[in-house]
Amino acid sequence: MDDTTHRMTLKINGEWQSLQVDGAQRLSSVLRNDLGLTGTKIGCEAGDCGACTVLIDGEPACSCLIAAGQAEGASVVTIEGVANATRSGAALLDSFHAAGAAQCGACTPGMIVSAAALLDANPSPSDADIDRALGGVLCRCTGYTKIFDAVHIAAGNRVESAVGERGFIGERIARLDGRAKVEGRELFGADSIPEDALFLRAIRSPHHRARFSFGDFETFVAVHSGLARVLTARDIPGRNLHGVIPPFADQPVFAVEEARFKGEAVAAVIGDRAAIEDMDLSTFPIEWQVLPHALTMQEAVSTNAPLLHDARAGNILVHGRVEKGDVTMRDAKGVVAVEGEFETSFVEHAYIEPEAGYARRTGDRIEIVACTQSPYMDRDDVAAILGISNEDVRIVPTAVGGGFGSKLDLSVQPYIAVAAWLMNRPVAMIYSRPESIATTTKRHPARIASRICARDDGKLTSIDFRADFNTGAYASWGPTVANRVPVHASGPYFVPNYRARTRAIHTNCPPSGAFRGFGVPQMAVAQEQLLDELAARLGIDPLELRLRNALDGDKPTATGQLLGEGIAFKQCLEALRAPWSQARRDAEAFNAQAESALRRGVGVAGMWYGCGNTSLPNPSTIRIGLKPDGRIALHQGAVDIGQGSNTVIAQIAASALGVSLEYFDLVSADTDLTPDCGKTSASRQTFVTGRAAEAAGRALRAKILRLANVADASSIRLDGARLELVDKGQRHEIALSSLAPDAFGYLLTAEESFDPPTTPLDDNGQGSPYAIYGFGAHMAEVDVDIRLGTVKVRKIIAAHDVGRAINPTLLEGQIEGGVMQGLGLALMEEFHPGRGENLHDYLIPTIGDAPEIETILIETPNSIGPFGAKGIGEQALIPTAPAIFNAIRHATGVVVRRAPATPDRLLAAIKALA
Amino acid sequence: MLHRPRSTAEALALLATDGATIIAGGTDVFPAHVDRPPPKRLVDISRLRDLRGVRREANTFRIGAATTWTDIARADLPPSFDMLREAAREIGAVQIQNRATIGGNLCNASPAADGVPPLLALDATVELASPRGVRTMPLEAFLLGNRHTARAPDEIMTAVLIEDDHNDGRSTFLKLGARRHLVISIVMVAALLDIGEDGMVKYARIAVGAASVVGRRLRGLEARLVGQTVGRAMNDIVSPVDFAELSPIDDLRATAEYRREAAVELVRRALVQLADARHG
Repeated sequence: MDDTTHRMTLKINGEWQSLQVDGAQRLSSVLRNDLGLTGTKIGCEAGDCGACTVLIDGEPACSCLIAAGQAEGASVVTIEGVANATRSGAALLDSFHAAGAAQCGACTPGMIVSAAALLDANPSPSDADIDRALGGVLCRCTGYTKIFDAVHIAAGNRVESAVGERGFIGERIARLDGRAKVEGRELFGADSIPEDALFLRAIRSPHHRARFSFGDFETFVAVHSGLARVLTARDIPGRNLHGVIPPFADQPVFAVEEARFKGEAVAAVIGDRAAIEDMDLSTFPIEWQVLPHALTMQEAVSTNAPLLHDARAGNILVHGRVEKGDVTMRDAKGVVAVEGEFETSFVEHAYIEPEAGYARRTGDRIEIVACTQSPYMDRDDVAAILGISNEDVRIVPTAVGGGFGSKLDLSVQPYIAVAAWLMNRPVAMIYSRPESIATTTKRHPARIASRICARDDGKLTSIDFRADFNTGAYASWGPTVANRVPVHASGPYFVPNYRARTRAIHTNCPPSGAFRGFGVPQMAVAQEQLLDELAARLGIDPLELRLRNALDGDKPTATGQLLGEGIAFKQCLEALRAPWSQARRDAEAFNAQAESALRRGVGVAGMWYGCGNTSLPNPSTIRIGLKPDGRIALHQGAVDIGQGSNTVIAQIAASALGVSLEYFDLVSADTDLTPDCGKTSASRQTFVTGRAAEAAGRALRAKILRLANVADASSIRLDGARLELVDKGQRHEIALSSLAPDAFGYLLTAEESFDPPTTPLDDNGQGSPYAIYGFGAHMAEVDVDIRLGTVKVRKIIAAHDVGRAINPTLLEGQIEGGVMQGLGLALMEEFHPGRGENLHDYLIPTIGDAPEIETILIETPNSIGPFGAKGIGEQALIPTAPAIFNAIRHATGVVVRRAPATPDRLLAAIKALA
Repeated sequence: MLHRPRSTAEALALLATDGATIIAGGTDVFPAHVDRPPPKRLVDISRLRDLRGVRREANTFRIGAATTWTDIARADLPPSFDMLREAAREIGAVQIQNRATIGGNLCNASPAADGVPPLLALDATVELASPRGVRTMPLEAFLLGNRHTARAPDEIMTAVLIEDDHNDGRSTFLKLGARRHLVISIVMVAALLDIGEDGMVKYARIAVGAASVVGRRLRGLEARLVGQTVGRAMNDIVSPVDFAELSPIDDLRATAEYRREAAVELVRRALVQLADARHG
């Protein structure tokens, strides 16, 4: 073989370096793999996401689109050098950190490097300049609002928001892991792979459904130098099966004989990194026999459709139902009925970090270092796959570059676990973007038919709701969606007669799973639009109609639960009242004079969402200890996927303990080191883990105060080897050396658990499925171009009942990001199985699509959450799309029957109305 | 292996070797190789001085094929080129514009290439070099279909040539996508009008992209516009019949019907905008 490498010199972050590399490789690979500059993230290798942006001679470029040799003689600046090699870099690192502009941190290096090029050339940019400069870097977490803020702060146009002093609840402290994120030091799934690791790639089905048979692996391995072995189902030491809900586990690691969706893994190749990356997988010895498939729910439930799973008749995975009162009395006198059918699409999570990680065998144990939202669930599934005990699996979550629900399910873990187990070598796997999109879970497409009845005063009398969800080839979280939606389909409204029935239906699509809201956003698209139709029929203002029906503590939910304290839905609606009236008037005035094709509209939608698992246990356990050096160890097993639990849980613990956060040492999620805090999902970490942290903090505080038998209100001061307790001015000093360490090595340890109090649902779905619900309402202002069908969302006002705001900056960040994902769902996001598995066909909003977002936090603490706090992660997304659709209706009269409202669909609907 | 020839002749010689692929900005080469290794032999033409930059030669603007869109957006060009400069700022995003080249955009021959409609409306010619010599041909003849051009495997596009015969015209580019940045066009329009002192159209050149396998000029409409008095009434001059030669398709981005309607609307807007600009 020719030596394809050559020596080249280039200036990296201000220093000339000489390298011996293959100049045809992507520069991004050389930066990461040869120079160890892993701050440059790889999100797509196609120039679609901008995460790998570096400066080439001062100008931003995607390093994945540059042949390394093309950078010869050039100056390359990466995130690692931006502070020194650009004029504005250092200020941007500070401002991104302070403003909360980095959430997961995967887009952050590309954003900051791009912003540095802007500010170096234009020290005082306008919003439009920032928009253009950052238009090539996608962010999935922040909604871009705080990114605008950060650039303005760095330019000196705005001042930083104040930060707290002690890190207690209510303080806008910067995230504790934020500095590493903005400096590109945070290690994600692909960033800490050992040098001696073998690499693995999966062989995947090119067909939606096909039988397959393997050819001669021996010859294949023999002719490919660097290829170590092939893996198939026969190599799985334990059971070839996994699933996030154990009773429904149905997904093989490697398909056996038949692949059920396009992209399903049937085998894997393991070998040296270069050999594996260079391999043409189309030469793999396998023969496919294409079989008939069903991609739509209609096809899958038709009588002659082949069954995906023999035990699931009619391809129905599960039914869900909640019923109370009598919905058949709906046509009583004086009652108005509205009904309609709605459809939503597959939505892709599109986090900027594709799945990645490595596994290593240590004796009879396996260690997995990968991105995940659910370390303990991963542990148990991997143990079963390897046929070893749970305790012999260690899951060490890396930083997670966005998850939104999809990284709850296994991705790389079973492949690298089996490979490392068999090879006794570290084995790594990095999903490509097409692989990530084609094979990981999606938001369930829904087909909804609903009928809502009300008296002429607007009071709801009945709701009869049906929804089918396309759950794809495997169960994943399909049962959760089918059961959560019937609980929520009343919306945050009181209705005496109610029936909600759902089905999760298998098709030959990638599995649908968890995605921020578990089906509730799809439900809200239908129900909230029908409420506007009802308002129009009754001549009642849409906001007023919602207020008249708003749930409060005295009225039972659809499952018969009385929520009692801490419900602020009415306050959310009332907070919108003044801007609503003004914006509606302004829009109508604008339209009355409209000469152009633009029509303005204003819409509102309400939301509720139960925090935590539906009627199922989901405890979290927190351990906190006083260390011999006078610091506090917080064992916090909730995975921070960018939402901020690393910071919020610590703020809660610090407040409960009464010790400033600066004394805390954080021990983050690791199944060997942290007790189980469950999964990062269902808006449960602030609520459930937070409550455990509050309890643990208080327990440790009580133990510390008991050392001197001082009053509860005493203050605790840590000063190296001494502990000082001050009770009404009286000082008690305790030498830490006088205390003996316990089994954890701590002088005092507290470990507390919390599991939200819920009850099972009965045959009619009656019961108390959640201990608390979050509430909220969004108002959307849009401009619709009625001759092109395009929509510009001008502004969103998001009012949320958060119980208690632990960290307002992070809450705003969650809301702004949720709004942006809701905007994407409403207007552009639609995955077509088997097509467009990239980020230029699958579109998520860019910075140029970001509306002004105003957040209103409403605090009405309850006695259940930590200091009265509730979850926000999913709540933030649910009302956005229906608020936008109701605004489109206000502007044009069109009811959006199918999401997303792409320009072609919307224009067709506008024309059909005319 | 990456070759970095120092002359076009050297580049042509390298291209003649087995399995060599030309690379300039890399913004099409690498995306075509996600999930599989990049081509083994790349011939980098991005540093060839002859191929880079905008020059005026006699009555012709010569844009080197390896000129980036950022270079074009920043170039000093007459108002008739505004549509090309506006397109330059709409291709991908800044990261792409800093690397992607005009020649790459044409040789890649995507039906949605944003550079094509303005260059068609400018009556651009392309220059191709090969071991057999240099030839030129109209861009319209060069673009044969979806990812299909008249370039022979051993040819390198060296320049795009535009005759400076309509300096007085004004032009605009309108792009329609499903989001603001970094988006493949659903449809786009480039329009150039030269309007006389008397307010009458002296000539018009209009091209539509992403609504056929290659961008298309609307010659029927162009001819009918000549002699018309500009103003709001131009809206009514544009008729769906003028778009008969488009052959849009249904795809992930939009339906064919939508593309046809949007093309009509965008052409109307472009003409009204150019007419208004004259007064403004």
